[in-house]
Amino acid sequence: MKKITSIAASVAFLLLGASAASAGDAQKGSQTFREKGCWQCHGFEGQGGSAGPRLANTQLPEDGLIAFVHGTNGPMPPFSEKLVSDAQLSDIYAYLQSRPKPADAKTIPLLQP
Amino acid sequence: MSEPSKGSGPDRRRFLKGAAVAGAAPVLAASVPSQAQVAAPRHTPSALPPSIRTIAAETGDVHMPDNRIGGKPGSDFMVDVIKTLDIRYTPSNCASSFRALHESLINYGENKAPEFLSCMHEESGVGMAHGYFKITGKPLMTMVHGTVGLQHATMGIYNAFCDRVPVIIIGGNDMDAASRPPGVPTFHAAQDINAIVRDYTKWDDTPTSLQAFAQSMVRGYKIAMTPPYGPVAISLDAGLQQEPIGGHGSGLYIPKFNMPSAPSGEMGAVKEAARLLVNAENPVIVADRSARTAEGVGLLVQLAELLQASVIDQGNRMNFPNTHYLSRPAGAVASADVILGLELSDFWGTVNAYTDNGEHGIGVNSAKIKPTTKLISISAVELITKSNYQDFQRFQTVDVSMPADAQATLPALIEAVKSAMTSERRAQNDQRAEKAKKAFGDIRGREAAAAAVAWDASPISTARLCMELYGQIKNEDWSLVASEGNVSNWPNRLWKMEKHHHWLGRSGGYGVGYGAPASVGAALANRDLGRFSVSIQSDGDLMFAPGVLWTAAKHKIPLLAVMHNNRAWHQETMHVQRMASFRNRDSNYGTDAGPVGTMIQNPDIEYHKLAESMGWWAKGPIKDPALLGPAIKEAMAVVKSGQPALLNVWTQPR
Ligand code: HEC
Ligand SMILES: Cc1ncc(C[n+]2csc(CCOP(=O)(O)OP(=O)(O)O)c2C)c(N)n1
Ligand SMILES: [Mg+2]
Repeated sequence: MKKITSIAASVAFLLLGASAASAGDAQKGSQTFREKGCWQCHGFEGQGGSAGPRLANTQLPEDGLIAFVHGTNGPMPPFSEKLVSDAQLSDIYAYLQSRPKPADAKTIPLLQP
Repeated sequence: MSEPSKGSGPDRRRFLKGAAVAGAAPVLAASVPSQAQVAAPRHTPSALPPSIRTIAAETGDVHMPDNRIGGKPGSDFMVDVIKTLDIRYTPSNCASSFRALHESLINYGENKAPEFLSCMHEESGVGMAHGYFKITGKPLMTMVHGTVGLQHATMGIYNAFCDRVPVIIIGGNDMDAASRPPGVPTFHAAQDINAIVRDYTKWDDTPTSLQAFAQSMVRGYKIAMTPPYGPVAISLDAGLQQEPIGGHGSGLYIPKFNMPSAPSGEMGAVKEAARLLVNAENPVIVADRSARTAEGVGLLVQLAELLQASVIDQGNRMNFPNTHYLSRPAGAVASADVILGLELSDFWGTVNAYTDNGEHGIGVNSAKIKPTTKLISISAVELITKSNYQDFQRFQTVDVSMPADAQATLPALIEAVKSAMTSERRAQNDQRAEKAKKAFGDIRGREAAAAAVAWDASPISTARLCMELYGQIKNEDWSLVASEGNVSNWPNRLWKMEKHHHWLGRSGGYGVGYGAPASVGAALANRDLGRFSVSIQSDGDLMFAPGVLWTAAKHKIPLLAVMHNNRAWHQETMHVQRMASFRNRDSNYGTDAGPVGTMIQNPDIEYHKLAESMGWWAKGPIKDPALLGPAIKEAMAVVKSGQPALLNVWTQPR
């Protein structure tokens, strides 16, 4: 059983070097993110929620994301290369990186205690 | 089944039977042809059967009754009994099997305590009673029709059973196969009708006399109201309701109801629990249905502060203020050396994880706690364990087990903790408190940051939905009466939940369709208490039985329902996707945006129009987050005027 946890993947790849700009196509990635069902657990914007963590502006490097999606055996069902190719995941990666950075919660009046 | 009539009035069944055959003509059993079940009339009666008055005049009976049935109906006495229990409402769908009781309630009982609330579905009646109880602590009675009505009510009853909520279910049934009307009423009759719900009621009965009904009703009420609470079912024979009380009426009595006390933990076990908790380096309290009343919240705060123990509120009631610095998310069990579970519906699931991702399609179990962690359980549910339905969950071995009511046991446990506390431990606890306060501030900061992601997205994020709503209601005496579907738990994460009525918990049995009726029932209770009720209403939940919207409008129940309309049974969308991924197949979306059979779109349901058609003020679909706040404000003004209001908001999946 190959075990790649999100933390292990991110730490390993962060040590190798910070995420580089993706070669993927954000527009296509948006489409694939919907067609392949990623939105179901991560939200249309990759914002995360009770069913899956935030992916928008992910700190993971692109290779880390690809390895995770293909190989995870944790709470997320894996998606093989047949279901989502590396190239499609590059597009998804670009889409996730293109999501607007959220405002600082301290500047949103409704989020004040 | 009816008592033989010993009084002066004629027996309904004998009288009707005779009339149906040939007025007062005798039945000649010997002459009945073999195929015939009943003797044919010899001739058409030339006159109507004699009325009660004629019979009285002819027989010289001086006690001439003032009605056709010849005395006070049995169902009037039933109303006398019901009134002693101060049951305020009876949300029910009308039906012939309890027509006599219905008539007595509205005419003899003047439609007060209980007041009849017209329901479109038996499940709605039970759901309303379920929600009502969680605000008032007082059960309602719902009447259901024979086999079919009780069948419709079942899922609601199962939810109430799993949620430990009392509901008094009164079923109509016509038991005498020889005299009940043939055809439909016979389809609706059963030999042992309560068998349908016996597995998930605390008790049921089929009284066969009025005196037995009086005992049954008071006993049923008492059983339902003894923690652990639960639904009870009483089936009433049509004849018993319809026939006159008869000669023995003067001897009938109504037993007095006295509130039972709750079972509390045995003192030896209480002291052992206190010893373990006081000596723990990192005690954690997990509460699920611990606070039956507001008092329960105060007791838990007291215990947690004495021990400086983290508290995880699993949320089937509002057990602990989420603004308290000891409040923690579920993961806090990992570092515990002693865990006190209070009325946990699933102790196994509290300390173990199940990952739905096994190699061969079967999930993987793993422990969430250290192997040395000591476990203490206080749960009254162990006193009513049944066999068939699996609401008792997986078996979890615990070190100290108290089959007792948590809230009733807390005062003794608090005293025992005080006695076991040393000055040294108290000093250590003070240090723990400082750390806990700092950690708590960090948690809330992280939650707010997470809520800010996709703040301006359309469809609207569940965080934005919840915070726009909270922003408008927070200065009211508000009550979140239901939150159906899944909004990533934002209210419990970011609203200030401090009072018992701020949050009522979930359905119990996870039978979808609970939210809409339970929120209407709770809103009814809050209306009488002058509170502002709000619900987060999912699309799938509403559509099981949307007729309850009409009930809310008809009976002027103010409720603000803000929809989490993700246009799907989204929970199931993810399940199907998971299966497809495991099997290495693409998911078939058909013409929808998600897997076939899990989406509520094409066409989109116009919930605002649906609600409007049933007397609600409504608006939608709202897709732009900037328009949400103003719409909520508008809807609130309507609700404050006494009318229910619904906002159809298009939301993100979770
Ligand atoms: C059925 C729900 C579900 C679906 C569908 C799903 N995910 Fe996930 N995803 C999860 C969960 C749950 C986790 C957390 C896993 C863990 O902690 O091991 C996760 C984690 C991840 C992570 C790791 C995030 C991190 O920072 O550690 C990535 C990347 C990811 N998902 C990408 C995707 C992509 C891309 C798709 C679509 C091809 C997808 N997911 C579909 C549920 C899902
Ligand atoms: C009576 C019943 N039928 C089916 C289910 C299976 N089920 C669980 S969640 C769910 C979807 C509920 O949809 P909705 O209320 O819109 O919530 P969402 O998951 O979309 O947030 C269904 C159908 C159930 N739990 N109960
Ligand atoms: Mg839904």
